[in-house]
Amino acid sequence: MTALSPTLPADPDTLASRFTVPGMRCAGCIAKIERELPKVAGVKAARVNFSSKRVAVEHDKELGEDALLQALQGLGFEAQRIEDNPLGAEEKEHRKLMRALGVAGFGMMNVMLLSVSIWSGAEGATREVFHWLSALIALPVIAYSGQPFFASAWMALKYRRTNMDVPISIGVILATALSVYETATGGGHAYFESAVMLLFFLLAGRALDSTMRTRTRAGIGALLGRMGKSASVIGPDGTVARVDAKELEPRMLVLVAAGEGLAADGEIEQGESTIDNSMLTGESKPVPVGTGDTVHAGAINLGAPFQLRLTHTSDDTALAEIARLMDEAGQSRSHYVRIADRASRTYAPVVHSLAALALVGWMIAGAGWHQSLVVAIAVLIITCPCAMGLAVPTAQVVASGALLKRGLLVKDGSALERLAEVDTALLDKTGTLTLGEPRPDISLLNSEAKSVALGLAQASQHPLSRGLAQALREDEIEPAKIDQIDETSGKGIEGVWRGVRVALERPNAETSDLATTLRIGSQAHVLRFTDPLRTDTHQTIEALCILGIEPAILSGDRRAPVEATAKSLGIPATANVSPQEKLAALEELRGHGAKPLMVGDGLNDGPALAAAHASIAPGTASDASQQAADAVFIGEKLMPVALAVRVARRTMVIVRQNFSFAIGYNALAVPLALFGFVTPLIAAIAMSLSSLVVVANSLRLAGSAKENTK
Amino acid sequence: MTGLAYLIPIALCMGTLGLVAFFWAMHSGQYEDMDGSAQRILIDDEEEGDRS
Repeated sequence: MTALSPTLPADPDTLASRFTVPGMRCAGCIAKIERELPKVAGVKAARVNFSSKRVAVEHDKELGEDALLQALQGLGFEAQRIEDNPLGAEEKEHRKLMRALGVAGFGMMNVMLLSVSIWSGAEGATREVFHWLSALIALPVIAYSGQPFFASAWMALKYRRTNMDVPISIGVILATALSVYETATGGGHAYFESAVMLLFFLLAGRALDSTMRTRTRAGIGALLGRMGKSASVIGPDGTVARVDAKELEPRMLVLVAAGEGLAADGEIEQGESTIDNSMLTGESKPVPVGTGDTVHAGAINLGAPFQLRLTHTSDDTALAEIARLMDEAGQSRSHYVRIADRASRTYAPVVHSLAALALVGWMIAGAGWHQSLVVAIAVLIITCPCAMGLAVPTAQVVASGALLKRGLLVKDGSALERLAEVDTALLDKTGTLTLGEPRPDISLLNSEAKSVALGLAQASQHPLSRGLAQALREDEIEPAKIDQIDETSGKGIEGVWRGVRVALERPNAETSDLATTLRIGSQAHVLRFTDPLRTDTHQTIEALCILGIEPAILSGDRRAPVEATAKSLGIPATANVSPQEKLAALEELRGHGAKPLMVGDGLNDGPALAAAHASIAPGTASDASQQAADAVFIGEKLMPVALAVRVARRTMVIVRQNFSFAIGYNALAVPLALFGFVTPLIAAIAMSLSSLVVVANSLRLAGSAKENTK
Repeated sequence: MTGLAYLIPIALCMGTLGLVAFFWAMHSGQYEDMDGSAQRILIDDEEEGDRS
């Protein structure tokens, strides 16, 4: 792990933090982050991993994560903290596969070198020495590189089942054992090269599959990371103590400071504030709350401190309830059987029986056990599901790579298979069809006012400020330098610019719209915020219809705005639904045999995302939703959703082609092997060739995510 | 045929060297960020370079 050296600080005073920064798109972004971030006081080094869209920052202990997030924000990048090592296990697995692949490659080349000279006529002592050398190389290589297959085959056999790894393991072990026997008795044939070559090609397929998984998982944060982990409990005598979220109990009185995340559900006993409920709803509009209101764990207090009487804690919170629903809903999806497994379920027993038949048949025909065994091994190797094994992962890796370039992260191969099958689409409104962020109308401001506004807005974490800063940055405005910046929760942010008092503050008149007043000296501009539709929403809906998918809106929002959106898009809508009702709606659809695609962002969509046949969440969604979804799209365009379905369908076409090719090849090769025309060597070569054909076919998907291909 | 006595060990050594190089490259994280490496070529030099 030396390349991510910032993760291993030698100095005890430095800490390493990692952030996901989905907005990195080009070399300029890498340079900007790596050069500008260390200029912030306390930051020692920053290292970007572009493939996984992450930044590892080495910094002083005193410098908090919020300060780093703000520094990244100042550079124009939305960032999110990630837990220390969420993919440790998978990373390890992947490295193990890559090492096994390297060893198998080494073994294959060297053994092949020796084998070629034997085939070209090495005789007597030379042949014997070469056989021994081959054995010397091949045995440790097989013992090492074969582990993934042997382990999986053993597991399957232990539970009295069979999978693709069983014929592979038997084939490899038998071929090796026979070769060792041949070598020891000075016989003419050894099949080390067949065994090693087989392992190499199979490992290549596995490694590809795992590459895809690690690459895309990396973009996705950890579940429920933002929920408060502890709370300040006010004792009966008025003392305040920090208590772990797990040890909180109902009826406790808790003091919630400004900026703090709530660790449990409760009723406000005293105080007024605004809270950010985006964790639960995916809507960043701050919600005003006062005495007597119920607030939920996961919300963040944006305004003044308040006292909270807890009602539900730890496993009883609304958040935990939704997480539980998601878990249960996800179970139904895990029954989905991947196409490769479906194929191998019927394929493996057939292969085993054929090989056994060949052995018995040749024995009865009086060929002697040695020749019978050679034939049986040839059958096992030539039918080895190599092309089959590669048929699915290669196509999926190429397709997911193409989609990644278009801003869509697919979590794993089965997601692509399910995406290809969807026939209805349910879309959430806020944050999915719309940006989910308040965007201001800045057309009335002159350039000076804009730069002052950016100077103020970028210093604040308030959702309105963030939306304002984002809109201004898109306009390529340089921020003005503001001194003496002071933010008062619930009131606004103010500072001094060229000796004039400037501020972004709450508008005086109460309006239902979101708005803020930009004050420069005596001038005041009111900026109105709206949550606009994504720019290509109409085209995406059209594209979905062309694909034969019926889109509909399923939203937890109020009826009026949902219906207005539905009308402008010309699709049906259901408004005002709870997470449970969303789940029920999906289950009803599934009950009718439909295969729904769910697109949503809020935690209230979580159970629905988990229950849908396939699901997609935007990159701005709550962590939980991203976790539950099959794919995540980044950026402000909705088109990746339609693109995902189109590419997924193309992928399945290619996968089917690969399968038909593999089956055709087997239909031709198996009879030849059965009747003893094929030696294990020819079997291994034929098998490799068939694998190459499959890989080449899959590569045709590389351009499939381009906009204009049909 | 005595030539083989030299050539085979040499071939094996070269193969092992390749394998070691692959392990080293993997261990030092050269496969961690393939897209990033492709992009980094485009960054103009400033004080960019070996910082690890």
